[in-house]
Amino acid sequence: MNIAVCSGKGGTGKTTVATNLAVTVSAAARSAGYLDCDVEEPNGALFLKPEVAETRPVEVSIPEVDQAKCTGCGQCGEICQYSAIVCVNEQVLVFPELCHGCAGCWLVCPAGAIREAKRPTGQLAIGAAGGVQWVQGLLNVGEVMSPPVIAAVKDAAPDVDVLIIDAPPGTSCPVIESVRDSDFVLLVTEPTPFGLNDLKLAVEMVRALALPFAVVINRADVGDGETTDYCAAEGIDVLAELPDDRRVAEAYSRGEIACEAIPDYRDIYAQLLERITQEATAAE
Amino acid sequence: MSGQHTMTDHTKELVVISGKGGTGKTSVVASFAALAENAVLADCDVDAADLHLVLGPDTIRREDFSGGKRARIIPEKCVACGKCAELCRFDAIRFDGLPGGAVAKTYRVDPIGCEGCGVCAWFCPAGAIEFASVVNGQWFVSETRHGPMVHAKLHVAEENSGKLVSTVRKQAAEVAAERGATLLLVDGSPGIGCPVIASITGADAVLIVTEPTLSGLHDLGRVADVAMHFNIPALVCVNKWDLNAEIAARIEADAAERGLRVAGRVRYDRAVTDAQVRRQSVVEFVPDGPAEDMRTVWAAVAEALR
Repeated sequence: MNIAVCSGKGGTGKTTVATNLAVTVSAAARSAGYLDCDVEEPNGALFLKPEVAETRPVEVSIPEVDQAKCTGCGQCGEICQYSAIVCVNEQVLVFPELCHGCAGCWLVCPAGAIREAKRPTGQLAIGAAGGVQWVQGLLNVGEVMSPPVIAAVKDAAPDVDVLIIDAPPGTSCPVIESVRDSDFVLLVTEPTPFGLNDLKLAVEMVRALALPFAVVINRADVGDGETTDYCAAEGIDVLAELPDDRRVAEAYSRGEIACEAIPDYRDIYAQLLERITQEATAAE
Repeated sequence: MSGQHTMTDHTKELVVISGKGGTGKTSVVASFAALAENAVLADCDVDAADLHLVLGPDTIRREDFSGGKRARIIPEKCVACGKCAELCRFDAIRFDGLPGGAVAKTYRVDPIGCEGCGVCAWFCPAGAIEFASVVNGQWFVSETRHGPMVHAKLHVAEENSGKLVSTVRKQAAEVAAERGATLLLVDGSPGIGCPVIASITGADAVLIVTEPTLSGLHDLGRVADVAMHFNIPALVCVNKWDLNAEIAARIEADAAERGLRVAGRVRYDRAVTDAQVRRQSVVEFVPDGPAEDMRTVWAAVAEALR
């Protein structure tokens, strides 16, 4: 079972919930995996403290032009939708950081002057933290496109009973790449106007993807009651309401996992996992 | 991606970013908006825009945004040869389309997977694939109690947030020039990728709002490297500093070591959330405490922009 943990708004506790769930799965003697798909700012490792067994670069496809064969016909620049390859005065220029690797230019080139080359844009790390198999993607600084790094993380997913996917915040392409083939999406929010606004966007997104989902309200005792009202009106299940607990905030600040630092949280996360499992099974 | 603007020389552009999400970036921007004089505001967190919730904008202009094209297979023309599925690098072609003119089942483009490269349309031997511009968001010019604001909404599950960010900044720069504004105040997005890079390139300064956690420290390093990569002077503010005074001090030391200017600290106080619930910035909501901190940080930032 693949469970994606998302949040429209950042900082609502997505990584906290994801790491605690992964540890909870493992504590229940089931095999657990944790994919850090928040490749722009991956933080799961700060809490899980995995032993890294392997790292390798993530590469994307880019064109390499053989100027000797190029006739300057300009078809590469015509097919490219991203201005990553342009032909000016019969001279071809490539802007690798804009390239999406669609292959159009080398497929279209009538002179056979363009071949597919590779360029690293991130790094993949694979390891284990206790009973949790861990995979992390890291986008290189200055790179624009995270989806290929996220795709590489998902390709490296371990074969486990429960896989927890820590998705990036937001609702656009990186999030969609992260959650695309999950069995269940957990949306972590906080009951503030910003949290609710971004939750609504996240709900629209998971509905567009036609994935089963439910909500966890974190710091449930701050803000206002509008998030609960919204979920009730929309028929969205709230699987847990976690309190604004300074002990959790402090444990988080030190890179500790709530379930491990504060024993009260073991039951809370065991129940949450149980409810997710029920909902995901019912949705099948 | 381009940060080329037409702005008057005396307009300074400040972009507030965070690396890690949820550190209080938008709350800081809302307070700065209340404190700054003669500013134009831009919400470049187009993926999860929240600034409008506090500023209550009155929209005076609304435009469609098209960030690119998208492929669509016309079932009547599809011959089910499968060339599109073979060539697509984004796993966006499904063999579950409607019955076609000549075949019982056709191929279909999954609009969510499609990156708008057009390769399928170019190479389709039956000419069965349409490839046309799509509207994937809107942008707005609004009036608020703290000055004009340019903001946007990306449609659900859309690509090209970076292009929309560039559009918002460009429009905001035009408004700033028209009104003779001295400051363009930009709410950026979390992370270090496409929308962040689109929101900071060419800016006069960035303010990184972080929090005193190991995640905050880690993410600050990455986003500071991005600012440095694009040669943009960066300032740092530790929000909710008293959650962990020791890590707050480490972050400030780390920032100083990187050559970043420390603009100050803001305490952790429920008044910040309460202000948000009342649709106000904290400087409008309470006279002291976190409001005092915000004023101090703003003074340091304004000084650095001079």
